Amino acid sequence: MTQRSNAAASKQPPKLSIHQRSRVLARKETLSAYLFLLPSLIFFLGFVVAPMVMCLVYSFFDMGLNMDEATFVGLGNYFEMFQDAIFQKGFLNTVIIVVVAVPTVTAFSLWVSSAIYQMKAFTRSFYRCVFYLPVVTGTVAVTVVWKWMFNPYNGLINQIFDSVGFNWLGNSSTALACIIMILFTTSIGQPIVLYVAALGNVDHSLVEAAQVDGATKFQVFWKVKWPQIMPTTLYILVITTINSFQCFALIQLLTSGGPNHATDTIMYYIFDMAYKYHRFGYANAMGVILAIIIAIFSAVQFKLAKSET
Amino acid sequence: MKTKNRLSDTPMSYRIFTIVVLILLAIFFIFPLYWIITGSFKDNKIIIAQDPQWFPLTPTLANYVKLFDRPALQWLLNIVVICVGAMVLTCLTASLAGYALAKKRFYGRAFLFGMITCAMALPKQVIVIPLLQEMSAIGLHDTLWAVILPTVGWPFGVFLMKQFSETIPGEILEAARVDGASEVRTFCSVVFPMIKPGIGALAIFTFVNTWNDYFMQLIMLNSEAKWTLPLGIARMQGEMSNDFGLIMAGATLAAVPIVAIFIAFQRYFTQGISMGAVKG
Repeated sequence: MTQRSNAAASKQPPKLSIHQRSRVLARKETLSAYLFLLPSLIFFLGFVVAPMVMCLVYSFFDMGLNMDEATFVGLGNYFEMFQDAIFQKGFLNTVIIVVVAVPTVTAFSLWVSSAIYQMKAFTRSFYRCVFYLPVVTGTVAVTVVWKWMFNPYNGLINQIFDSVGFNWLGNSSTALACIIMILFTTSIGQPIVLYVAALGNVDHSLVEAAQVDGATKFQVFWKVKWPQIMPTTLYILVITTINSFQCFALIQLLTSGGPNHATDTIMYYIFDMAYKYHRFGYANAMGVILAIIIAIFSAVQFKLAKSET
Repeated sequence: MKTKNRLSDTPMSYRIFTIVVLILLAIFFIFPLYWIITGSFKDNKIIIAQDPQWFPLTPTLANYVKLFDRPALQWLLNIVVICVGAMVLTCLTASLAGYALAKKRFYGRAFLFGMITCAMALPKQVIVIPLLQEMSAIGLHDTLWAVILPTVGWPFGVFLMKQFSETIPGEILEAARVDGASEVRTFCSVVFPMIKPGIGALAIFTFVNTWNDYFMQLIMLNSEAKWTLPLGIARMQGEMSNDFGLIMAGATLAAVPIVAIFIAFQRYFTQGISMGAVKG
């Protein structure tokens, strides 16, 4: 099609000014671009953008499963959230999970990666494989085996610590820590793969130049390598933050938010609100708030990372 | 030579410390998988006993017999259909769209790309509840499509393929146009071979993420015949929380095939995972 229009344009140059011709081409290119985009746009608009809009709209309604019985409540759902003690508890727990898990995962994966990236190819891929194992094992499979290991009566953990009968997941002072620990094992695989790749791509001539100038290993790392892997760090921070905020399977399968809401998170409370209490409007309002909180966290990380380099 | 000296600068004690910690961590990370697989062959008496048996001395297949009393193979089939369906559709739509976003100049391009980037930063799980209402409205709730369609819509694939298509040299596309190749032809015989590694990466990424998207499966699939294997394991755990042998048999069935694929194609996995972030 484009070919033909090119030929047509060159055959009759006097009829079309350059301006007109470029406009025809631009229109053709726009048309073909949208044809390429069409299949993807159908899915994106239909199953991502539309539910996002619905989420926002429904958050202003008091509604159950049946949409016909919805009543407009304005910001009512949002006001309710601020008085809902369980929501606040869930909010606090979510923030604890994020604030503990994100820096730990990032720092730890950086340490492992810098320890293994200069090893022999086989050893390096062995460790990379090992740390990625919980991801491919699958969240649910990993969670159920930990549930067994934490079992008070026949779990391995109590055998090892000689503390038979201690209920790790049923105790409000240890449950959240256990969940963060398991979340940690399932979150660390991807950052390690990313850091190993990024450290391998660091410009070696700069490292050598610094060494010739007598920089210590520590200085080489902070002054030469760290700035170069900054984009990777930023990416890892953002994906780990989003994943930690959305941590759900672990909570549902291990503790169901208990004991006494000690491990409730916003995500789990949203689920409870929608499926146990059928309060879809309220659940959607919490979803909107969760999205805003994640956006703020990501933006802050972007700002911090930008100011560092 | 100077580099070598610098490297061995690190005190011996620190290097030993690193190696010991890494080995301990490796055991810690491998152990759950070991415990799943060996647990699936243990008799229930051994499982509920207080003293752990580190290796199943009297292996039994009883757990698997119990597992296959349930439609476990159907669950496995369901999750494979979901993952493969999502993978194929995502790769197809994302490579077309990514190419257009990277290489075509058209009205609305900046807006569209901005929208895609913003959507990516939002939590996927938040839209699952309105999605459920949408799926019920169009009659797809409790079908495998209800999990596949939103997964395909998630814009990460478009973003990745756009980044990847940026590397196609404009001259090659221009040359194809001058030679009279149609748009479709250009895409199939010029663009596609160049973005193949990106598509491979996206395929792996989509497969693993869809498999692990437990929340979506939990919300969308209701009837037992529609459950996926992860969902089936979770539900069985809810029903009979102390039959760990049975649950481990389910977990083995879910984990071992992917772990085997992962170990066989490790290089492609790691390439795929790191590719997504090179420019992201």
